[in-house]
Amino acid sequence: MAEGSDRKLNVVGVPRRRVDGRAKVTGQTRFADDLTLPRMLHCKMLRSRLPHARIRGIDTARAAAAPGVRLVLTGADTPIPYGILPVSQDEHALCLDRVRFVGDPVAAVIADSEEQALAALDLIAVDYEPLTTIADSEQALATPEPRIHEYGDEANVHKKVAFDFGDVDEALAGADRVFEDVFFYEGNTHLPIEQHATLAAIDPDGKLTVWSATQTPHYLHRALTKALALPAAHIRVIATPNGGGFGGKSDPFNHEIVVAKAALVTGRPVKICLTREEVFYCHRGRHPVLMKFRTGVKNDGSIVAVHLDTLLDGGAYGSYGVASTFYTGQLQTVTYKIPRYRFRGCRTFTNKPPCGPKRGHGTPQPRFGQEVQLDKIAVALGIDPAQLRLQQLVEPASLTANYMRVNTIGLGECIHQVVAGSGWKERRGKIVSNDGMARGLGLACSAYLSGAGLPIYWNDLPQSGVQLKLDRSGGVTAFCGATEIGQGSDDVLALCVAEILGVPPFDIRIITGDTDLTPVDLGSYSSRVTLMMGNAAIEAATRARDLIAPAVAKKLGVPAGRLVFAEARVFDSEDPERGMTWQDAVIHGEAMHGTLGTTGSYKPPMSAAKYKGGGVGPTPTYSYSASVIEVAVDRATGWIEVVKVWIAHDIGRALNPVLTRGQVEGGVYMALGEALMEESAFRRLPPKLSGALVHKMPSMLEYKSPTTFEMPPVETFLVEQPDPRGPFGAKEVGQGPLLPVMPALANAVFDAIGVRIDEIPITPEKIIRALAAKDRRYGPSKFPEMTWPEALKVAPPWEGGDGTASNDKPKKPRMARPGEEGGPPIRPEVRR
Amino acid sequence: MNKVHLQLRVNGEDVEVAFAPHKTLLEVLREDLALTGTKHGCELGECGACAVLVDGKPMLSCLLLGLEAEGAEIRTIEGMADGPTLHPLQAAFADLGAAQCGYCTPAMLLTAQALLDRNSLPSRVEITAALSGVLCRCTGYLQIFEAVEAAAQTMVQRSKEEAAGGRGE
Repeated sequence: MAEGSDRKLNVVGVPRRRVDGRAKVTGQTRFADDLTLPRMLHCKMLRSRLPHARIRGIDTARAAAAPGVRLVLTGADTPIPYGILPVSQDEHALCLDRVRFVGDPVAAVIADSEEQALAALDLIAVDYEPLTTIADSEQALATPEPRIHEYGDEANVHKKVAFDFGDVDEALAGADRVFEDVFFYEGNTHLPIEQHATLAAIDPDGKLTVWSATQTPHYLHRALTKALALPAAHIRVIATPNGGGFGGKSDPFNHEIVVAKAALVTGRPVKICLTREEVFYCHRGRHPVLMKFRTGVKNDGSIVAVHLDTLLDGGAYGSYGVASTFYTGQLQTVTYKIPRYRFRGCRTFTNKPPCGPKRGHGTPQPRFGQEVQLDKIAVALGIDPAQLRLQQLVEPASLTANYMRVNTIGLGECIHQVVAGSGWKERRGKIVSNDGMARGLGLACSAYLSGAGLPIYWNDLPQSGVQLKLDRSGGVTAFCGATEIGQGSDDVLALCVAEILGVPPFDIRIITGDTDLTPVDLGSYSSRVTLMMGNAAIEAATRARDLIAPAVAKKLGVPAGRLVFAEARVFDSEDPERGMTWQDAVIHGEAMHGTLGTTGSYKPPMSAAKYKGGGVGPTPTYSYSASVIEVAVDRATGWIEVVKVWIAHDIGRALNPVLTRGQVEGGVYMALGEALMEESAFRRLPPKLSGALVHKMPSMLEYKSPTTFEMPPVETFLVEQPDPRGPFGAKEVGQGPLLPVMPALANAVFDAIGVRIDEIPITPEKIIRALAAKDRRYGPSKFPEMTWPEALKVAPPWEGGDGTASNDKPKKPRMARPGEEGGPPIRPEVRR
Repeated sequence: MNKVHLQLRVNGEDVEVAFAPHKTLLEVLREDLALTGTKHGCELGECGACAVLVDGKPMLSCLLLGLEAEGAEIRTIEGMADGPTLHPLQAAFADLGAAQCGYCTPAMLLTAQALLDRNSLPSRVEITAALSGVLCRCTGYLQIFEAVEAAAQTMVQRSKEEAAGGRGE
């Protein structure tokens, strides 16, 4: 399906202005909050100031009578639960009877102006009965009552999973050395510059349209259908271009459902734009994760087994958390050969903003631990850390112990590039400094998905669809549900169609992210768009070309197989003068076939992982990255200066190198923020102020992120070894390059001053503490004792396994109930 | 609510506008003049996304009252291009990957323009300092720096050519 790696390419690989570039530099890109409609009302939401409480009553009478107020909504108005995952439908647009974190919404006011709505919020009286507040994972494990949710694997445990891929204890017992390390990775948030905003309106025909800053219009469409009990065909979701997403706009959000409901009730357009503080409380960001790695190696450094335990602080709701839990374990195996692997993960509920997917979704935390531990192993065994990795890379076209299928792997080349570029061999441990700062180099690697193998809800439908419309004007319009969040998905769509049809990308009109107009694409998450939409676009364009070719062939009197589509012409490859313009070619096609339209779709290949839980981790192909970082550390103050970053990314093929480089550098930037300063930390207010658990820094001033001053030079190497599963050979680039940066930085700090910071972020204070510590280390001391479920036992492929677990209990088939995933729809009232 | 009624000068044009006196320049531009190219990310003076030029200087429009802008020359992103022709900074940003999501882009562009107006060939350090008040979460800033440098070169080259052309006449 992936179109010709051998074909001459005219558009692919050429650095070029993105098709939506002009709109962005003229301020003409219309973001959600830029939209206004006549008679539009404004919405503000009342949010809980208590982290955990029962709602005894809400009095909205005074607010409803306030000037300009048109509507007040409470939980009773939106009683149907929803959530991104079918297994955790635990959210209500407005809380019914319980608030679970500071920021949980309890009521909404819709008024003529935002000010009037805001003023009326103060008039709503909520009678709360405070409940015990659970602040972190360890407290959640120790506090079964009160339960934050009535569902979950244990009291305040959302999910617990355990896998044994082969006999890990036996392998560890036979290892020459076993290294045990505990790491902690603090939570952090996406911080898109655009605040979430949504506008909902009733169309003239009575249907509902919702414009929203969402990365996943299809999932929002499903959530609205459920939460509002409306037929899907009566709801249109339009994803406005996102002013940054990074995973923070991938859940269906309560404010989206609230303004939709308000539009239905008032019959008028209703808009909401969250404040920056509300965006911090919306969150769905990086989970805080505590990890323990036990890794057995031979004296030559080769790994014999890894045992990884992870503990995730999930916050107040499920969100993507079940997937996040699996992701803290599933990708550890796809970089280095790990013959046997044990992974156990646990996600707790706590009374904090819900965590979810942020760039790298669940994988940066264990990747940090794994790569820092490998550095420790290399030092202990006296092996060059680059060599330690190179000597045990996963083979191409192979299965891992947990049945992840690795296709192409450019990691070796990535390591060679950053090692050569940085002068690693000559300079590591030997950088002379004359400014009083200690300098060092660190290296780390990583892998990421080019799209999740399975959709969020079970189905066997295409995960991306593209439709093309062509007509006698020569115009081509490409329709796809994919969502432009800044990464350049519109450009990839135009590029793929343009390459096949031989016209400039700018000539392709792009319509995306509109559930009425565009075929379903699951959304901009899991780095899936380039690969999945790209392949669907190639299929649709190839079908269009195959319709037009015979018509042109007939007209020119040459065999269709000899025709070339390039330079906005269709011509005979053996006699290029013999041909016609693209427009004439389309005219002949339309004359031969009638109205021209084609479709393409993409579905990932079947996974080899057939055990329960094996649905998280598989992908059509993994991308790989390697990074070397140079730091300068001031021993007196602990200040860390990042001198330079070298990063190589196994991209398969760079479709538009300008955008590819931008994704790599943007990933490095975001990673440096996580590595050095960003953290979603919480504190308790004093008891007289309710003892609430509040965000320590819900503002952009206090939540430090890198400015222009903090950005070091970055040297980017794109390793292009086309992958046959990617469009023109391309793999993902949006998330992978973030991953090696945090551990490379930690390893560089060790090279510079000989201390280990086993915790993210790495701050000056931690450096100072580690320098003063006996063990020259800063980090968590232990992983809590806890019980685990019986591990699913899956024999690795080289031990006769077939991808199933020997002790997997088959689930009793049960008919889904109405309104459940897979069940018949709730009979909605038909709106007239 | 009593609105003030006054005249502002925006993008070289005089506009009459009536608004509540407590409104910020950001709100007046976006809500009363429909100039939504000016963005907001916090409305607290932290992110820099709302920067516009006030008498040629980048100012955060969320921290300025509309009233305070009376009599000043205000420039927003809508006034940057010369008709359909992009300003060299706009062209360079579009060509060189300096705009990803595009949300901080108007503020970045106007801030960069103010820099180039007073320093036609700034160093990388000067560009870094000038743009440090605008946060970008997408690019990692490096392609933005390169776009400013490329635009500066284009503009200097153009003015040389214009000067040479002028002498020829």
